Amino acid sequence: MPEPRARRPRPVPTPETRHYWEGARAGELRLQRCRACAKAYFPPRPACPHCGSADTEVFRASGRATLYSYVIHERPAPGFEPPYAIAVVALEEGPRLMTSLVDVPQTPEALLLDMPLEVRFQKLDDEISLPVFAPAGRA
Amino acid sequence: MRGRVAIVGAAETSELGVIPDLSQIELHADAARNALADCGLSLRDVDGVATAGESPVAIAHYLGITPRWLDGTAVGGCSFMIHVRHAAAAIAAGQCSTVLITHGQSGRSRVGMGGRGGSATSLSGQFEAPYGVAGPPTMFTIPALRYMKQFGLSHEELAMVAVVQREWAARNPRAMYREPIKVADVLASRVIAYPFHLLECCLVTDGGGALVLVGAERARDFPTRPVYVLGTGESSETPMVSQMEDFTSSRAFRVSGRQAFGEAGLSPADVDHLMIYDAFAHLPIYGLEDLGFVPRGEAGRFIWERNTAPGGRLPLNTNGGGLSYTHTGMYGMFALQESVRQLRGTAPAQVPDVEISVAHGVGGMFAAAGTVILGREPG
Repeated sequence: MPEPRARRPRPVPTPETRHYWEGARAGELRLQRCRACAKAYFPPRPACPHCGSADTEVFRASGRATLYSYVIHERPAPGFEPPYAIAVVALEEGPRLMTSLVDVPQTPEALLLDMPLEVRFQKLDDEISLPVFAPAGRA
Repeated sequence: MRGRVAIVGAAETSELGVIPDLSQIELHADAARNALADCGLSLRDVDGVATAGESPVAIAHYLGITPRWLDGTAVGGCSFMIHVRHAAAAIAAGQCSTVLITHGQSGRSRVGMGGRGGSATSLSGQFEAPYGVAGPPTMFTIPALRYMKQFGLSHEELAMVAVVQREWAARNPRAMYREPIKVADVLASRVIAYPFHLLECCLVTDGGGALVLVGAERARDFPTRPVYVLGTGESSETPMVSQMEDFTSSRAFRVSGRQAFGEAGLSPADVDHLMIYDAFAHLPIYGLEDLGFVPRGEAGRFIWERNTAPGGRLPLNTNGGGLSYTHTGMYGMFALQESVRQLRGTAPAQVPDVEISVAHGVGGMFAAAGTVILGREPG
């Protein structure tokens, strides 16, 4: 997937989020799950936000999601040409995350809430690949 | 106040010195867990959060706390002494029961010095900024489509919020925009971030305001009609709008509103006049429902049917609001000013017989909330 010329903001991992970005670089969407209460959660942190337990594990998410909500921005931003959607998707495992939508027109007609999506990875550089989402079954 | 509050838990981070494997926010969390362990409490017991250097919103969200009291006073190294002072007053007053004050700073290793967001190591910097967000018009607005689908709110009903507030602004000589508009005008204005048009986004202005408060026993010693604080509430939810629990309702609004009404011993039915911070047109809709004025999913229709318009039964944002009156960036002060004017009987668009007014504010983008209930009489 080509990247627009102007640079978009680049995430800088911290020790607590490194597994997420290492996963993305390897083409995996990695979440955390609490062994005490069994809930998956995002964004990454060492202890469960639901019950406070530090007994947590990293696991590979399915990459399947549905479109939860979005806006279509009509003005330029660094690394983006308008119009472009800024979306929040609901992962199959429960957590939601912000993302971009790819391989689909950036229009209200094409972007229907609850449509099935699947994760792709957009490489920014050798360290960072961003999870983005495309309509399911179009790989 | 004396002797009514004590420090029961105290601890430092597990390590001190050079800690390159923990980011700044995790230093807060590590210290927090240690202090709670020190006194045998859990995060579930905490209902108040104070911190400096990071936002208390970020700390509460990171630890999974639902606060009903916040203090982000950040005035340098003595901030934590001041937090103790505020916390003691709050606990004595019954505003919260268990306050957690945290400090963490990666001053040497400089890992995750995200602070109040914007940094590439903050959670929003890592998990939202790379996707092209460009300030409130692209972030505060993201939940709205989900609300529209869940409750069938139409584009026209969303636009009506701006139309009604312009009607109020037309009665206010100090309002920035006073020219009447129709729903079609709103929908014909430039799309900023679908589904939001220009006229559904707040103004950007200069301005300010101030309030002076004194004890109730002195309240009648001044030339102005006193306005009494009957109840207040506060809360926070998340520094990342994408992590709101429910895109159709603000947890911070609900917690803050419930606390304020509880303190005041009042219900929404007692309220004569209402201000809800309107950075964008969907906020009065969320506010009406989350504060309990209107059942879930019905606020769009409630506004469409002119209940909040001049002559309606629940006058709302009677200065014209952030959409038409003014919006400097932190508009909450202006909502409070209008509540005071309405209670004094000096508002340009004066509502008859206002005894009880509510001013409800939002912080960040559904990140935090504060609610103040004011009245003409102290009890």
